[in-house]
Order: sequence, then structure tokens, then C-alpha cells
Amino acid sequence: MAEPLLEVRGLRKAFGALQATDGVDLDVREGETHAVIGPNGAGKTTLISQLSGMLHPDSGRIRFAGEDITRLPAPARSMRGLARSFQITSIYKEFSALDNVALSVQAHAGHSFRFWRPARREEALRAPARKILDEVGLGARAEIIAANLAHGEQRQLEIAMALATSPRLLLLDEPVAGMGTEESQRMVQFLGTLKGRRTMILVEHDMDAVFSLADRISVLVYGRIIATGAPQEIRTNPEVRAAYLGEES
Amino acid sequence: MSRRTIILGIVLLVLAAVPPIAAALNQPFYLDLLRRIMILSIAAVSLNLILGYGGMVSFGHAAYLGIGAYSVGIFMFYGVTNGYLQWLVAIAASALVALVIGAISIRASGIYFIMITLAFTQMLYYLGLSLEEYGGDDGMRLAEKSQFPGLVDIGDPTVFYYVVFCLLVACMWITHRIVNSRFGMVIRAAKSNDARTRAIGFSPYPYRLAAFVIAGAMCGLAGALYANHLAYITPNLTSWQQSGDLMFMVIMGGMSTTAGPLFGAFALLILEDVLSSLTQHWQIILGPILVLVVLFAKRGLAGLLPGKEDDG
Repeated sequence: MAEPLLEVRGLRKAFGALQATDGVDLDVREGETHAVIGPNGAGKTTLISQLSGMLHPDSGRIRFAGEDITRLPAPARSMRGLARSFQITSIYKEFSALDNVALSVQAHAGHSFRFWRPARREEALRAPARKILDEVGLGARAEIIAANLAHGEQRQLEIAMALATSPRLLLLDEPVAGMGTEESQRMVQFLGTLKGRRTMILVEHDMDAVFSLADRISVLVYGRIIATGAPQEIRTNPEVRAAYLGEES
Repeated sequence: MSRRTIILGIVLLVLAAVPPIAAALNQPFYLDLLRRIMILSIAAVSLNLILGYGGMVSFGHAAYLGIGAYSVGIFMFYGVTNGYLQWLVAIAASALVALVIGAISIRASGIYFIMITLAFTQMLYYLGLSLEEYGGDDGMRLAEKSQFPGLVDIGDPTVFYYVVFCLLVACMWITHRIVNSRFGMVIRAAKSNDARTRAIGFSPYPYRLAAFVIAGAMCGLAGALYANHLAYITPNLTSWQQSGDLMFMVIMGGMSTTAGPLFGAFALLILEDVLSSLTQHWQIILGPILVLVVLFAKRGLAGLLPGKEDDG
């Protein structure tokens, strides 16, 4: 079998006495939607942050597309095709939705030591950004200042900014967090349209979302992955039920 | 055009009309006051690039005012009066020092950034004090103004006034172009949300450093102008009070607006002028006014006029 797109081995990260990531092994294959679930405090966001380069692991190894990226800073990982969305919405609040996405496009359009031409009039940045806003369903809201968007729209904008970097792997940290039922259904539907076309790691609490989207699921408990498998296997895995699903249902 | 852009246009037109009016009223003092305001506005415009748009709270921006002024003064001391050379060196030396200070300080953030920029500028201040040859803490008079053979004679107060005016407009225009370019969008993005900026693939450091150098160079030009305006150089040009004044101009005028630094420089220097003619304890009145402006007009004077962040 071909090498997985992302290969994590023995990843460890401690904050003081707390072992937030405790020897994580994880393989993500090209094209799959891989969900990571786990109770609160299981270390899901810490894991995502290490994958995206915001945090550096104490030990262990991360390989992406055949290259060891364990020590690479976040911008360099973005350049290699890793994109993340944040659990707590992280956008440029004082810029318009279109500006936000155009900045993502710009980050991947060569260096930005260009001092004179107004960036907002560059179709090379605006056109792709508009296309992505349309794709996530924010096309009509392109000129709205991001701070004035509804919460659900800001979450969509997060995803749009990640998509605009043309990533090979999308790291989605609770994309439906804090959304109403209807909004979250729309988001799940949208993520469904990406499924198969994009490789995704999906960290999520919403079990309906996870079981409808994921090809495989890994269960993270106290910084360890206790099981990985197809949704059906995970649902019936007794260890998982005891550690996690049992508490919820 | 927003209302703010229109008001900026009116202010600039009035500034352009000052020399004939001052001459008609026989009030050369106003020419002098406004020229000083415009020179310090250039310094404030340059600070706004890094403080307002870049989010880098430099508490040492007066360093470049001093370097620009001393570049002119030291050349004069040795009898080199060529203004092209003096001003070019003023700009280049300021850019170089900004490169060094920026390279070190931009790695830090928040309070550490503020303290490092302040510390470097204090070093330059004490360096100025120790330069006995150039007057030490007494400073040094300049016998003449920078000479621009074949171009202009800034020995003529009106000509000098218009030179300053044109350079101010040019600096505001350049800054306006920069902050709306790709480069400007990066430094503004990095100010707005550093983590997001890294996540989408930008390394903010080289962009911040470049902005820091551009701001230093522009302030160096203001320093060269200021030396000519005062016909005098002194280490006090790099004092922390001077850095603080520049910060107040930017904050009071309205950060990240094109017009803000000009409005702020006007407000601060005219307040200073009016209050100091009323009482010698004028700073007791000025202080609370500044605090009130910062508290109640968070977006500064320019923020009182409708308009977007970058359109005027």
C-alpha cells in the first residue's frame, strides 16, 4: 500500500505534569476523511496544533507527503499543503469576508514584497477568493466586515480561508462548534461535498456529524489513541463505549 | 470619497494657502509653527505605519528624528553643506539603524518590544550627550541650511515651507499606497491576528522588519528637515518625551488612518502652543486632555469622522 499522506509516530507533548499527547500514532490516507473524537480534555486541539505547527512536540515524528515536518514552523507547513481551521473562530475581524479569503490566496501567490499596487484591485487574488466564498455559501456576504457576520458565517469563513490555500490536508478543529442545528446541518452538508475530493482530519464533538462524514475514526482519550477504525467498528468497540460513547448516550 | 478624505483635502488646501496669508497679515510666526507641525507630522505618519497599521508599539521612534538631524548637523560641522548628500545620508543612516533595532526588537512582542525600542533610543540619547565635539548636551547651532544647488533655496522661509508641505503630502501618499498593497495587507493581517496569519502561510517577521525600516527612513527625513527648521541639533530630539509625543500624535489623531497623524500633530502642537501661552504649568492641563481623548475617542480625531480604516 502507498505511504499515507500523514504519518504520526510516538508523538508526545506535556504541559507541566499534564501529558496532553501521550504517544500518538496516526495514519491519514490520501483522500480519506479521518475523524478524531474524544471526551473534553482528551488533547484533540493540542494534537491539531502540533500537526499544524503552532505547538512543537516534546518527542515523536510527523511525516507529511513523504517529508519529515516535525520541526517546521506553521507557515512552512502551510506552504507544503497543510491548512487548519480553529476551534475558536480566528479570522481578521476588521476586514471584509472577501479580504480574509484573498489574504489566504495571497499567502500562496509568491512573496508579498509588493508595495505599490492596491491589493484589493488585484483580480488574481480577488477572483479565486470570490469563487471559494461562493463554494462555502458566503458569496452574497463577500463585502461584509467579518466582525459583523453571524457566528455560523464566521465558521464558514474559517473553512474558506483554509480552502483558499489549496491544501492537501485540511485540519478542521470542531467546524460546527457553537452552531445552531440548522447551521450545523448546512456545514455538515458542505463538508460532505468536500469528502473524497479533499483529505481531512476532522476533530468534532457532534457525533451525528462524525458518523455521517468520517471514513475512519480515531478515538483519543487522555492523550492516547485507544482505537482506530471504520465508524461501525468504533460504534461497537467495547473499550470505546466504556471510555467515551457510553458517557454520551 | 468619505467625509474624512474631504476634510483631509481641505486641511491640505489650507496648509498650501498659509504662506501668502501669513505674509499679508505680517505674521511670519504662523509659517514657522505650521512648518514645525508638518515636519513632526511626517514623523508621525512614519510611526503610524508601524504602530497603527503594523501594531508595533515603538516607544523609540524619536531615534530616527535624532539620527536624521545629526546627519545634517555633523555634515554642516565639517563644512559639507550639500543637501542632497546630507538628506540621503540622513535617510540611509536611519534605515540602517532601524534595520538593527528592528531585527532585534521584532523578535520580541508586547511589553518587551516597547522596552527594547525605548532602550535603544535611550542609548542613542546618551550617545548624543557624550558627543562633546558636537555640543554634548548643549547641542549645536547650524550656521546655514542644507544647500540644494540648482533646485531650491530653503533659506527662504516660504520655499522651505513648500518643500516641507510637498514632502508631507508625498509621505502620506506613499504610506497610503503601501498600506493598501499586498505588503501592507500582510502587516495589517499580522497585527489583526498573528496565529491566523502564520496558519495561512505568512511568516510575518520579514514584512514587519521591512515596515520598520521604511518607517525609520521616513522619520530620518523628518529629522533632516527638523534640523534645518530649528537650525540646531540636540540630544533631546531622541528623548523619550519626544518618542511619547509622536505616539500621542498617532493615537490622538487616529491610528491606521491616512489623515490621523496629521490631525494628531496639529492638535498636540497647537494645544501645547495655546496652553503654554496661558500658564507655565500647561502640562498639568495637557495631560488630562490627552487621557480623556484616549479614553473617549478611541479611534482618535480621525475616528470622529466617518470613513473606513484606510480610505483617508
